[in-house]
Amino acid sequence: MLSFYSLFYKEILRVWKVGFQTVMAPVLTTLLYLLIFSHVLEQNTNVYPGIDYTTFLIPGLVMMSILQNAFANSSSSLIQSKITGNIVFVLLAPISYWEFFAAYVLASMLRGLVVGLGVYIAALWFSQPAPVAPVWVFLFAILGSAMLGTMGLIAGMWAEKFDQLAAFQNFIILPLTFLSGVFYSIHSLPPVWQSISHFNPFFYMIDGFRHGFFGLSDFSPWLSLIVTGVCLLGITLLALRLLKSGYKLRH
Amino acid sequence: MTAAAIEICQTYKRYGQLQALNGINLRIEKGEFFGLLGPNGAGKTTLINLLSGLALPDAGQLRIHGYDVVRQYRTSRRMLGVVPQELVFDPFFTVRETLRLQSGFFGLHHNETWINTVMHNLGLTDKADTNMRRLSGGMKRRVLVAQALVHKPPVIVLDEPTAGVDVELRQSLWHFIRQLNRDGHTILLTTHYLEEAEALCTRIAMLKQGRVIALDSTQNLLGALTGCRVRLKLVGKLPASLLPQVIEQTDKDFLLTLPSYSALEPMLKTLRTFGITIQEMTLQQPDLEEVFLRMVRRDMQ
Repeated sequence: MLSFYSLFYKEILRVWKVGFQTVMAPVLTTLLYLLIFSHVLEQNTNVYPGIDYTTFLIPGLVMMSILQNAFANSSSSLIQSKITGNIVFVLLAPISYWEFFAAYVLASMLRGLVVGLGVYIAALWFSQPAPVAPVWVFLFAILGSAMLGTMGLIAGMWAEKFDQLAAFQNFIILPLTFLSGVFYSIHSLPPVWQSISHFNPFFYMIDGFRHGFFGLSDFSPWLSLIVTGVCLLGITLLALRLLKSGYKLRH
Repeated sequence: MTAAAIEICQTYKRYGQLQALNGINLRIEKGEFFGLLGPNGAGKTTLINLLSGLALPDAGQLRIHGYDVVRQYRTSRRMLGVVPQELVFDPFFTVRETLRLQSGFFGLHHNETWINTVMHNLGLTDKADTNMRRLSGGMKRRVLVAQALVHKPPVIVLDEPTAGVDVELRQSLWHFIRQLNRDGHTILLTTHYLEEAEALCTRIAMLKQGRVIALDSTQNLLGALTGCRVRLKLVGKLPASLLPQVIEQTDKDFLLTLPSYSALEPMLKTLRTFGITIQEMTLQQPDLEEVFLRMVRRDMQ
């Protein structure tokens, strides 16, 4: 248990030491999105009746920051440790594969949630969407950050070079987040793209999260919960299996 | 029978086309100072990686203090402290943070006293709050040693710890490691510097292409080369009867082997008989280098 805690603490300490880059920078980036998109689209976009575009956008951006930062944390920590070689200190220690998993994923969740909270607080300056059902907000934030933290863990294990990790991020994570309805409701899309979006697990996480704010969503939050839960379970089992076998860590 | 410090049975490991370890059997007793020698690619580091769990064996069993490194890895890793060959460090942390975290990984919470002792013994005390990035290569190497010792492991493995290390650090490092050995720690050392193994190790195994080609006490391995070598500078030609003993020859310089010291006098007599004057003569003791080359050559034949 103490091994787990130490590894978790190490990951948090790492984030803390470069807090400007790991927390402040993503908050600023997201605020720029908010500023530009809301300025351009405020006049001619109305997704849900009675909710202006800026207000609509904020939960999506918060969730996007949570997801991206959860992914970035475990993946970049692992690849850095692998490339500099200091991963051996963890591998030499009596740390079980599930402790390893829990430490990296929980630290990633924490980073994602802190950045998400930061974005939300900063966005209050523009608009003040108060969650009507905080339980959904909380639930999807937890599940979403866990999912992306786990995906980051897998990507970090798989990648052998920084550019491989960048490819994973740019060709998988980024398209999935941008095409998940952060900036729009998928009902505004052509039918083909609507059906394609239904296969994007990120869509359900954002839709469910937004439901917690407005009580309105493209799908029932229960459906989103089931899809997100099943995806999280699948990816967790995959990650644990890879860790147990020592995939690309213990040669 | 009590468990050995390290026990390796019929261990195989293959990396693609390369059979890195080819049926290793080795038993190292508690309290030994053991040397693992061999040319590059002999499998030394692979063997250490298997012991420490950085790699998994294809076949065979490895035990540390009787604990299987795969099935009982939690206990076996607590028994083992490894100083890796590469100069690795975590650039986010200071020396003290590094050592505290490493203690935590091993499940130790209040380890400050021992951390201070280790830092003191390795001359790290005044660098305790310096970031790892700012340390010189030699200092980073010391931190690696300290990290391997935070959990007071009974077995300490050093994988070429003095590669690229200055003389002063080498001396102080060996002083400390010897002290640990005297305190009862088992030491397993791999090195390229044969004189180091010769001076430190009580027993030596030689590895070549994933096999143990020699395993004996340092004394016996040296004794395997009974006799000595004579380097001669002569005025005149070497008598034909002595030619079979020549290993090296440059102009008037000859290097001859003798089966024992008692063969020295007959050799000198032969030289006298032929009226040859000796300008210079040095006697040489066998060293590990020679034993090693001999073993490797013999193995090839």
